[in-house]
Amino acid sequence: MSAHLEFPESHTVTFRLHVNGEEREVSAEPRTHLADVLREHCGLTATHLGCEQGVCGACTVEIDGVPQRSCLQSATRFEGREIRTLEAFENDPLGAALRRAFSEEHALQCGYCTPGMLITARDIVQRLPQADEARIREELAGNLCRCTGYRGIVRAIQRVLETYPHESSDGR
Amino acid sequence: MKAIDYRIERASDVAGAVEALQADPFAKPIAGGQSLGAMLNLRLAQPECVIDIVGLDALKGLRIESDEMVIGPLVTHARLEDGRYDDATGGMLAHVAAGIAYRAVRNSGTIGGSICHADPAADWIAATAALGATFDIQGPDGTRQVAARDFMTSAFETTLAEADVLTAIRVPALGDTARWSYRKFCRKTGEFALAIVSGVVDGQTGIERLVFSALDGAPVVIERAGLFDELAEPDARQVLLDDDALSISGHRRALHAGLLADVIADIRGTA
Repeated sequence: MSAHLEFPESHTVTFRLHVNGEEREVSAEPRTHLADVLREHCGLTATHLGCEQGVCGACTVEIDGVPQRSCLQSATRFEGREIRTLEAFENDPLGAALRRAFSEEHALQCGYCTPGMLITARDIVQRLPQADEARIREELAGNLCRCTGYRGIVRAIQRVLETYPHESSDGR
Repeated sequence: MKAIDYRIERASDVAGAVEALQADPFAKPIAGGQSLGAMLNLRLAQPECVIDIVGLDALKGLRIESDEMVIGPLVTHARLEDGRYDDATGGMLAHVAAGIAYRAVRNSGTIGGSICHADPAADWIAATAALGATFDIQGPDGTRQVAARDFMTSAFETTLAEADVLTAIRVPALGDTARWSYRKFCRKTGEFALAIVSGVVDGQTGIERLVFSALDGAPVVIERAGLFDELAEPDARQVLLDDDALSISGHRRALHAGLLADVIADIRGTA
């Protein structure tokens, strides 16, 4: 015996995305947001989905070098943009420094928020090299963690800010 | 949750966007997508078609034109926050932008999108009213201008007709001696505000303006000479807060009262 399931007609479109240095052709419905395309169509499952309304930060990825939510916009809108997910930072020195500090400072427990935390942490280190604890906490307001109480995360970012060599920024 | 099945049309220019919006009464324009994206995912918005205007160069960039700043509606909050532009508001735009949501949202969300979305608790609706801004709007019958204070009619409702597109935000330059204050109360950094009060005083133009926002509907703007001297008296502040036009009740009245005292102190330089 088998059940016959009827699905509504779907209208997929085909488009190209530049993800982690690779060109990818994707077929998806226009409504499919970037995070779903990254996870379901590109097999890049480091990007996590929490709230799907822009609040929790788990889905944060880099678009043209700056963090953005990947749950809020149709993936088709990212054509021509440089998309980088956590997977892209495996061999990146700053990525490695952050991962080591997160591990040593117990900045994660279940790990669900960690991909978004690492992308945001990267932005803090690069954009705000002078950030103090209060500023780090303010910047982390867009990434929710329900395990750690944030102390370990803040310490890990502080440690990288103190030890990671900063390339000359624009003086801010 | 996932959005309903909608299609996306990319507008090639403003006139094309107006035309596309006119052709489909269930179409919605999308800019940075940081409000509409959440509304779509929650199925609070269920458009058949979304008109993507984010690529329109005519709606980007900001510049000073004689005595006003002309801000493209597609300018992101992050761009305004970073302050690397000729500013005629004494830093008020950057201050307001820095307090909006989170950096990852500010990198995509736009000033024009936020204004058109008209969330009563959002920042640009209040800040542009306080700055006395004017909006350029293009629709099927041509262009028109609307004062920021008259733009929002109630929660999520504006004077925009279905096929209208916001094309510029004009902010009058503040004089050298002008003072501004923008205060809001959020339970958590980046959340929508529970209360917003903002004040702008410009000796050169004689403007004294106070804005209450994060109300049930549109912001309330109070503008008259001598306003801030008058409000130095706590009794005068009570009278103002009791005014029917404000109709703030419960704990939010207390929040607005506290912010009002802060704004008066900021403006009078007694903080």
